This record gives sequence, C-alpha cells and structure tokens, in this order.
Amino acid sequence: MALLEVKELSIHFGGVKAVQNVSFSIDAGIVYAVIGPNGAGKTTLFNLITGVYTPTSGEIHLDGESIGGKSPNELATRGVARTFQNLQVCMNMSAIENVMVGAHLRLDRNLLWAALRLPALKRRDGQLRVEAAELMRFVGLERYTEARADSMPYGALKRLEIARALAMKPRLIFLDEPAAGLNANETIEVDELVRKVADSGVTVVLVEHDMKMVMNLSDRILVLDYGRKLAEGTGEEVRKNPEVIAAYLGAHA
Amino acid sequence: MRAYKGLYLVIAILLVLPFVLPNNFYLDLVIRMVINAVIVLGLNLLIGFAGQISMGHAGFLGIGAYASAVLPSHFGWHPLLAMAAGALATGLLAALVARPIFKLKGHYLAMATLGLGIIINIVLRNEASWTGGPDGMPVPAFALLGFELSNDKHWYWVVAALLAVSVWASLNLIDSPFGRALRALHGSEVAAQVVGVDVVRYKVAIFVLSAVFASLMGSITAHYVGFVTPNLADFFHSIELITMVVIGGMASVYGSLLGAVLLTALPQALATFEGWETVAFGAILMLFMIFLPKGLVPTLAAKFRKGG
Repeated sequence: MALLEVKELSIHFGGVKAVQNVSFSIDAGIVYAVIGPNGAGKTTLFNLITGVYTPTSGEIHLDGESIGGKSPNELATRGVARTFQNLQVCMNMSAIENVMVGAHLRLDRNLLWAALRLPALKRRDGQLRVEAAELMRFVGLERYTEARADSMPYGALKRLEIARALAMKPRLIFLDEPAAGLNANETIEVDELVRKVADSGVTVVLVEHDMKMVMNLSDRILVLDYGRKLAEGTGEEVRKNPEVIAAYLGAHA
Repeated sequence: MRAYKGLYLVIAILLVLPFVLPNNFYLDLVIRMVINAVIVLGLNLLIGFAGQISMGHAGFLGIGAYASAVLPSHFGWHPLLAMAAGALATGLLAALVARPIFKLKGHYLAMATLGLGIIINIVLRNEASWTGGPDGMPVPAFALLGFELSNDKHWYWVVAALLAVSVWASLNLIDSPFGRALRALHGSEVAAQVVGVDVVRYKVAIFVLSAVFASLMGSITAHYVGFVTPNLADFFHSIELITMVVIGGMASVYGSLLGAVLLTALPQALATFEGWETVAFGAILMLFMIFLPKGLVPTLAAKFRKGG
C-alpha cells in the first residue's frame, strides 16, 4: 500500500483554482518530485498535504488514515515533516535551538516541571542537545552549532530547516525548493544531502526547479501546470511527455 | 549556563540591600521595585518571549488585590485562601478570554485585554458597597501561622525571596522544551506548527501564567500597602508595566528587572512634575521605540559581545 495517497485534491481561493483534482500516490522509501512552472500550485499542494491549508475538496490518506483538513501539529504527530521555500527559521533563537524545537513532540513539555528544572528533564534536554548537534553535523552545519540563527548565511539556513525537520524523526519529509537561491556548489551539496536523507529511510517529497537535481534524485515525478496534474511517472517518462515539453517550452502541443 | 550567573548577582544584591539602605523610605521604594519586577518578569514571558501583547495586565493585578481585600474583610476568609482564590479566578478569566482570541490570527489579544482591563476597572469603581468605589478600601494584615507580616523588613524578605524564585523559574522555563516552543512560535508560527507545537495551547498557557503572576503580586501589593484603590487596576498602570518590559528589554529576564527598577524610581525623580508622570512615561516609551527598540539590557549585551 502507498504511504501517501492523494485523491481528487482541490483548493480554490475565491475564483482562483490553485490546485484542481490532483491525484497521485507515493510509495514508502522513494524520492518523489513535484515540478512545474512558477505558479503551477506546487507549494500550495505542499501546504494542503502538511495541513497549512484546508482542501476545498478531495482526500488525503497517510498510511490509510484520512488526514485531509488536519492541522499541521496533528500531522507532525503522524510523522510528517517539511521545510519552507521562503525560510521559516526562528531568528530569535540559536541554530541548535532551532533544531531542538524539531524534537518538540518527543519531549516532556510540562510547564511546571520545566520551571522547577527537574533533573530528569534537564538530563533529557542535554541528550537532545547532543542529538541536535549530530543532526547539524549530518546536514553539514557543524561549524554553526553555537551560532545565532540570525548570523547565518542563507544557504546554511536552508540546511538548518532540513536538520529541524529531521529532528522530528519523520516518516515523510516535504522539501520545498531546498536548492533555491543556492550557487552551483551548494546545490550539489544539497543534492547529496537529500540522497543521504532518503537513504536513511525517510520518504522524500521534493519541489525543485533545478532539473538536474530532480532527474538525479527522483524515483518518480509529478508535473503540475495551472494547478492540474499534467503528467506523472519516472524521469524518463516525464521527459518524453509531449505535454510536459509544451508546458516548459511554451509551445502548443 | 552563563544566564544563571546573573541570578547569583541578583541574590547577592537582594541579600545586601536591606543593610545598606539609609532609611525606610528607600526600603519601601525597593519593595515596590521588587514587586514590579516579578510582575514584569511574567509579562515579559508573554510579550518578549511569546510575542503576545497584553494591555490589561493591571486588571489582573486588580483582581488579585481586591480578592485579598474583599474576601477577608467581608467574608472572613484567610488571606492565603483569598490570594489563591484571586489567582484562580484570574487564571480562569484569562483562559476564558484567551482561547477564542488565539484562534484568530493577528494582534487581537492587545485589543481584547485593553477592553478587559477597562471593564475590570469599571467594576471595581462601581461596586462601591464591596470595593469602596473610587476611594478604595483597607486590606487586613497578612498573617500566617500566627505570625503577622507588619514591618517593612519582613515584607522585604518575602518579596525578595519571591523575586529570586521567579528569576530562577523564568530562566528554567526559557531554556526548556516549553520555553523553546514559546520562542519558536514567536519566531515563526508556521514553523512551530509543523514541528508539532499546538500554538493556541501554548499562547493560552503563557497568557494564563503571566496573568496569575500579576494576580498574586496584586494580592501581595494589597497586603503590603494595607489599602487598595482602583488606580492599581487602571489602564495607565498597564501601560506602565508594558513600558518597563520595553525599556528593560523584550525577551530579557534581567531586562525585566532593570525596567522595573528604573520606572519604579522614575516617579520619585519626577515628583516635582506632579501630574505629568503619565506624559513622561509616554515620552520615554516613544523615545525607546525610536532609538533603543530592543531595550537596555539586550542592546548593552550586544555592544558588550561586539566589544569583547
């Protein structure tokens, strides 16, 4: 059975049909890419599946359970993690604290115990800090362990979001343009990082404009255009699809 | 942790102060500074750390103060029980108001608490048969196990201990999973949500906590002064508390203390401008917003980091 199953998903903002009747399914353990021209509805699709938006119609199933319309924090409890196209790093915190927040659901969050600085809680927090530092090393940010988030360069912040998402120990991770705004070298590094994440057993869903990266990483690709599903298949299938070529080159099919 | 070093300094100052203060006038001033510092600490958790603004905190202070005045005088309640009842009522009221507000996006809490504070103040002024109306009412002395807190020295040790515990608890809270979640929802609400933070619950929790802080300190103020008037709960007092947060520094524990100390002393310094204190507060708030928006302690800390 597929890990994620999306059926006839739509969302309308007033008269704008940002996503229309999109259906697809993602098997566990693969890298799945969503591509399409700007404004095709890729990020909207992510926002729908991760609970930031509520669908107008359609169904989303995770492991057979309906998750359409659930809030982001409920989805987090089910192992769904994501990063953002426009950075959502907490600039009022240090880098490692941003990663530690990712482990929110795995911790005792009781206010009173925290205020009393109970030793057990403190010990757990210390372990978490070690774990977070390891994650920062995993994404190649070891030199920023003690840094404040607002002092870090853009490329590092993109990775920091990935580390935060991984701290959730997710089953499914949505990466929204992890290479956007990065130079060629940084893009190769992120490419390798996404491969490492996938190899660690997490199912990856990727929105990305860098076609080399998409073709290199993805097991399957979904092509959106004007909120509709244009094509779906392996890289080879998608590349040869005349409608996809038309959408990208602007010719009439 | 470096942050805890400041706590030792605070405790050291608190231990030495009563022995170096020249007379009871200064002791009284310091006691009021310390009471304000505890209130401002709670308010800063809400404003500075969680990014939510309450414009009616003096109202919560008022509930605590009047619970401690009315319940023992009219119903013969034990002061401790009255204080707890005031805190409980404040907590319930805060939760009741906050839940629907936090479901909305934006700074609706500021508007709602502005209204709530004014309503509380009007009730205190109008229910004269219970509260003495605008003239206020006397508050019975605070006695515990046959020991009556009457002289200023006793009160000093009580509030100093409360402050030390509050600073310690605040530092603990900020550097805990709960505190990180709070700061995260301030930094990016959507990021906090997608890692599983139930943002409505956290906002409500910290709002209730800071309101209860205010209520308890309202009770303490009432017993210490021995008299309450509705001025304690009025809008200008709420603004005064926010000004202390802003001047000391948002999201700064020690900034809260400094803000409380400076602005409690200010009216003494401005005594010659009788009646113009409120204008002075407004002007100070404006100047800080323009020139030192981060407040004293964070600005100085940043300078120190760069220099050293």
